[in-house]
Amino acid sequence: MIEHPRADELIEAVAGWVESIRPQLNPRDAFLSRVAVNALNAVKRELSQGPAAEVAARSRLSTLLGMEADLGTLNAELCERLRRGEMDVATPGLLAALKAGIEDQIAIDQPTYVSVGRR
Amino acid sequence: MEVDILAALAALAPKLGGTGVEKAQRLTGGASMETWAFNLLGAGEPRPLILRRRAVPLDPETSRSASMAAEAALIQAAGHAGAPVAPLVRLCQPEDGLGEGHITGFVAGETLGRKIVADPRFDVVRPHLARQCGQILARIHTLPIGAANLTTADAQGELDRYEAIYRTSGAERPILELALQHLRRNLPPPMPNVVLHGDFRNGNMMFDPALGVVAVLDWELAHVGDPAEDLGWLCVNSWRFGRADRPVGGFGDYQDLLEGYIEAGGAEVPLSRVLFWQALGSLKWGIMCLMMYSSYATGATNSVERPMIGRRVSETEIDLVNLLEAGL
Repeated sequence: MIEHPRADELIEAVAGWVESIRPQLNPRDAFLSRVAVNALNAVKRELSQGPAAEVAARSRLSTLLGMEADLGTLNAELCERLRRGEMDVATPGLLAALKAGIEDQIAIDQPTYVSVGRR
Repeated sequence: MEVDILAALAALAPKLGGTGVEKAQRLTGGASMETWAFNLLGAGEPRPLILRRRAVPLDPETSRSASMAAEAALIQAAGHAGAPVAPLVRLCQPEDGLGEGHITGFVAGETLGRKIVADPRFDVVRPHLARQCGQILARIHTLPIGAANLTTADAQGELDRYEAIYRTSGAERPILELALQHLRRNLPPPMPNVVLHGDFRNGNMMFDPALGVVAVLDWELAHVGDPAEDLGWLCVNSWRFGRADRPVGGFGDYQDLLEGYIEAGGAEVPLSRVLFWQALGSLKWGIMCLMMYSSYATGATNSVERPMIGRRVSETEIDLVNLLEAGL
């Protein structure tokens, strides 16, 4: 097993280096370097939070759909039932399950994103 | 097609009423559109002007964009109707050697959305912006449908178009599926079509700290359709720049927007109709993000920006879930 440096340490090191050279970059590359650091940080969060999020998503979708399968199969089945109109906003548990899943995803993609609140 | 912009502008100077140009520089690097700033030299002070030109020829079959001629006609008509625009100076002609493009006056101000919502320089004017945007949209929406050669799109058509793009991407995203289904089942009742700006949002406007909106920019996506489309697009959370609590562009409230719209002669638009189009706007932006990611996945582009924008689909999904939960 590969122990050191850990993947998150490698990501941190690369992100730190990109930050350090930003002042020398032209505006376009400086912008892209910010995007690059954002990408590295998303990967870092996915490495630490992704496995638990997937386990939770699988369990949630299993309960919602009443079947056992891997996450990809469950996700495709949910999409299929929505396309066929067998589930909609009134389906008990649907919105809550979708919300829990997307909250885990946004915590990886853009943890500072502020979503629309209740009016 | 490589074009020598500097030489072409210098040759064009007499037709613009000058003797030469200076300080020509490219401002933005869009894939299909270029923006250049330059000074026109003549008898008095140098006159700052803006050139917008299409770098890649327009494909009328696949593109949604209005032609530069249509854009120029709309800018003029909108200016006459009382909407703030950068005044049209010239629609480029083939002999100008600049390709498809137009030249407008330069309007000073701030376009960065996060500055408009957060910079203390805009604290005084910010509470007035939503009403002002409503008034401006009402004026744009008075333009005659035949003011330029524009396509027409309604909610059903937009859903069809974006669903087709989503299906082609091969993605399986339950929230996008639910949003497509729900919006299809809740199409708003018909309302008379108007000329729409098509991309009226914080980021496509020039703001002045004292005057508010001083120019509406980027008329490329103008088309004919539901007046609530422009109103809803301005309220999409992806361009509230962190101020989700201020639904209109991150600077104002729905009520001010809709009151301003009526004050300047716009039709009465129920909030539910704006929210429908706001949700459809989030859905469209989510699918556009997927599409931009696809252009990376298929190898069509290789910038770091393209794959990372794919991680912005989730922001539209969390907004859609929250909107659906609130009953839209």
